[in-house]
Amino acid sequence: MSLDPVARTTERGAMSLEQKKDPLTGRLYAVPWWLLAVLGVLVWAWYFVFSEITYKDAFDFIYDGIGLTISTTLSAYAISLVIGLVMGLGRVSRNVVFRNLARFYVEVVRGIPMLVLIFYVAFVATVDFASLFGLAGRDIPMNVRAIIALAITYGAFSAEIFRAGIQSIGHGQMEAARSLGMSYAQAMRYVILPQAIRNVLPALANDFVAMLKDSSLVSVLAVRDITQMARLRAGSTFRFRESYTILAVLYLSMTLILSAGVQLLERRMHGGRK
Amino acid sequence: MADANNIIIRVDNLHKHFGAVEALRGVSLDVPRGSVVVIVGPSGSGKSTLLRCINHLEVETAGEVWVDGQRLNEKNKNINEIRAEIGMVFQLFNLFPHLTALQNIVLAQHIVRGRSRAEAVDMAMQQLHRVGISEKADVFPGQLSGGQQQRVAIARALAMNPKIMLFDEPTSALDPEMIKEVLDVMLDLAKEGMTMVVVTHEMGFARAAADRVIFMDQGLIVEENTPDGLFNQPREKRTKLFLSQILKQ
Repeated sequence: MSLDPVARTTERGAMSLEQKKDPLTGRLYAVPWWLLAVLGVLVWAWYFVFSEITYKDAFDFIYDGIGLTISTTLSAYAISLVIGLVMGLGRVSRNVVFRNLARFYVEVVRGIPMLVLIFYVAFVATVDFASLFGLAGRDIPMNVRAIIALAITYGAFSAEIFRAGIQSIGHGQMEAARSLGMSYAQAMRYVILPQAIRNVLPALANDFVAMLKDSSLVSVLAVRDITQMARLRAGSTFRFRESYTILAVLYLSMTLILSAGVQLLERRMHGGRK
Repeated sequence: MADANNIIIRVDNLHKHFGAVEALRGVSLDVPRGSVVVIVGPSGSGKSTLLRCINHLEVETAGEVWVDGQRLNEKNKNINEIRAEIGMVFQLFNLFPHLTALQNIVLAQHIVRGRSRAEAVDMAMQQLHRVGISEKADVFPGQLSGGQQQRVAIARALAMNPKIMLFDEPTSALDPEMIKEVLDVMLDLAKEGMTMVVVTHEMGFARAAADRVIFMDQGLIVEENTPDGLFNQPREKRTKLFLSQILKQ
């Protein structure tokens, strides 16, 4: 079963052409070879991990970081959704200050490379923020700074997703709600957002997968996620091949499972009521 | 003075510009309580804009709109309270697609009128019964026909117990066989004494229900009269032209 809807339709289209020539060729054509290849690579890699002692040792070492990778991703994602919702509402707000503030945030964050932003948030912004409350920078643990940095970056992405979702709802919905006496906020809360969020769920879920991958960037803060653990392992044992193979395979396994989840979500939504 | 108190909608020298386009160029109109006013006119004549100014979906460029003794203007803090007294029915129904017919009708009663859920559901069922589709209460709008959707939309507006009902071409998006079911609901409503301002091309409805018919063209009221007067003895050339075109169809 193909995971990519675009690929699925083209395969189906191509299959019908091929079937005219020869049913067997047609069926072979329709097999999602790429997925078999990916699964084959994964099986082969996991086989190495559990059969070769050098891989096994590296795996045990790197796997210690998996909790941090997942918890960093989950917390940063949750915070980024809140930031994104607020800033997305700001992008469509009629309030001049709010609207410009939201636009400013989105443009600044999207205009800075994620890696640079992570450095900046971790070593400048959080330190300044901490000093406001009379704290020293070192009072804020690095993994917290990493979460803040990721959340701020992805908040800008999800703000644009929420904005697009809100704007995808026809103007008539807002007018109908207002004509019934609802305030702007009530109309947003009860009429626009429930529809908008439903429309952007797949996009938000895709962002979660992207964030899982981008969480590897926080290893530059020496936060001991799986990427950092792989770097430590490679540096100390010079077993680069083992360390980075395991690292890549770990990310690939997680993202494949999540992508399949997103596909299911999309299919369920299309099957549901309009 | 008794007569002045009876005026529920007063529009005074209303202008509305969209950029360079002058949709309304000085419209004045008084609607007495309990009367039915039908507005007709070619497209682009400003009839919908006039209607939308009455519940402040459009903000006037100049002039005044008074509803039930209250002036509508941009700084109006209680615009939501005023709007709750004005039901509006749209050409494209604008039902909330994520809510069932019943939930569509319950929502604003609950959060705007502050009615309890039980109270709001009671009222919603009453209104669905009135428009003749109580059996569709738990159906989502996407599964209803256009005529049914429009009747739910009317029920949704009526459930707020509005003093005024505005209809913006309520049958224009409907298939011919569904127009009657919506017009019947509107006729009943007119008989019950609801104040109604209706923009429509249904001349049959205007004859049957209107106290007054207003003909608009190019952002101005050209002529207003009783239905008989306007349809049978139009005074203005533009009215005659418009009526002859409508009747040809």
